[in-house]
Amino acid sequence: MKPVEETDLPGVGTRFTFETERRRVLGVIRHHDGRREVFVADDDDPDCVAVAVSLSEGEAHLFADLLGGTEISREAAALAQGVAGLTVDWVEVPPDTAAAGSTIGQLQVRTRTGASVVAVLRGEAAHPAPGPEFRLEEGDVVLVVGTSAGTTEAAGLLQSGRSAP
Amino acid sequence: MLLGLAVLAIVAGRLGLSPVPFYLLAGLLLGPGGPFQLEEIGGFIEVGAEVGVVLLLLMLGLEYSPRELASGLRTGWLSGLVDLVLNAAPGVAAGLLLGFGGLGAAALGGITYISSSGVIAKLIADLGFTGNRETGTVLTLLVVEDLVMAVYLPLLAAALLGASIGGAVAAVSLVAAVLVVLLRPRSREPRWTAALFDRSDEAVLLGILGVSLVVGAMADRLGVSAAVAAFLIGLTLSGEPAERAARLLHPLRDLFAAAFFLFFGLQVDVGALGPVVWAAAGLGAATAATKVATGWWAARSDGVGRWGRRRAAAMLISRGEFSIVIAELAVTAGLDERIGTLSAAYVMALAIAGPLAVRAVEAARARARSARRTG
Repeated sequence: MKPVEETDLPGVGTRFTFETERRRVLGVIRHHDGRREVFVADDDDPDCVAVAVSLSEGEAHLFADLLGGTEISREAAALAQGVAGLTVDWVEVPPDTAAAGSTIGQLQVRTRTGASVVAVLRGEAAHPAPGPEFRLEEGDVVLVVGTSAGTTEAAGLLQSGRSAP
Repeated sequence: MLLGLAVLAIVAGRLGLSPVPFYLLAGLLLGPGGPFQLEEIGGFIEVGAEVGVVLLLLMLGLEYSPRELASGLRTGWLSGLVDLVLNAAPGVAAGLLLGFGGLGAAALGGITYISSSGVIAKLIADLGFTGNRETGTVLTLLVVEDLVMAVYLPLLAAALLGASIGGAVAAVSLVAAVLVVLLRPRSREPRWTAALFDRSDEAVLLGILGVSLVVGAMADRLGVSAAVAAFLIGLTLSGEPAERAARLLHPLRDLFAAAFFLFFGLQVDVGALGPVVWAAAGLGAATAATKVATGWWAARSDGVGRWGRRRAAAMLISRGEFSIVIAELAVTAGLDERIGTLSAAYVMALAIAGPLAVRAVEAARARARSARRTG
């Protein structure tokens, strides 16, 4: 895919364009006031706008979602994580396991797996950087960060209360 | 009077043109030597004109953030230089040939150099050119022109108002200080903007207007032009406060700027237009050509295609508000009054020629396109 072209429009905002495989040019203008303008360039004169639609910030997010925005960002995040050598995993604590009801210190996640628990999501609330005295409950989603192997082990640990064999 | 101005604005809008040349024309027709006579100019127009020029330049300064100024200068300095040399030279030459003297030639050089941000911005918005490839080129050129003005205006004003070498040095150091503050990237808003802007819309409006007028008056006392001071104030504001101020001031600016152009036109003696009209026409044609060359070259260096280059070239022909501001400075300072007459005719012609040229380009492109489809 050809790279995205970015140009400053001083006093207006920033202009991004890219050319599709089928040689059509699509673009977005990010106005300073938060508006987004989506446009399709003329096929005869790709420097010129054929159709432009102005979107409010909310409409722009909607459009991005329709295009599959959330999937795209998740995939991009996964890619970045793989490349950096760090893996991030969200592990849900199932009921009736040793992890549910134990503290992080008792589970010894870091000592045994090398991965760290960076946060715990409980219902609507997020608990960042929980200390070793933090007691896990069933249904908690634990955010672990570490090497690929380490996070896999940590996931096993949290979901069974025992290290993966 | 105001009703008349409103009607003019509507007519201009219908024709897709900027109202500026129409206000000038109204001033010409109502002024000395014109077919209609205005009994009394009325205090409003005169005061309105002074406020108008302050607001015009304040808003021009508000337009850009320091980041945009720095980045515009970095990417566009070469095109900007070409722009300056090609377009100021004819003005300076004409000024000397017509016997306006050194200062008059310097003023005329500035008048022919600067394209009208106002007319061009309106064109871009009206014709839906915002997403076009050449728009970045044109806007960057306008940024460089504004930066040049930030240096040129204080110097010219100081020279015109008869300031001594000391005064001129003071003016230049002021400008240099402002530019240094401007072009250095800032991550935080200066404290005083919080005091001014964390308030209701009305308070902000009155506050910013009040500050500009007071600083303008102080500047006048110090022998620096109020308009220039307003411009520099505008440049120092950026980001959210600038957006908000611009939004609130917009209608006021349109009102008072109309008064300013009308007032300028009123000062011009139509009878004196005669000998000057040919000079204006010649200068207009010459500097339209130089702007076309500038636009073509700048767009080509940015990798824009044929039609985009033509659009950019045509857009830049437009002259407008800034040229009139410079002319007003010159006339008030007592320079040859033919400068005022010449500038009025010149700006009127090019403020209309620019948009017409752009429309001609679009029409040509549409014809070429349908020829290709059917041929």
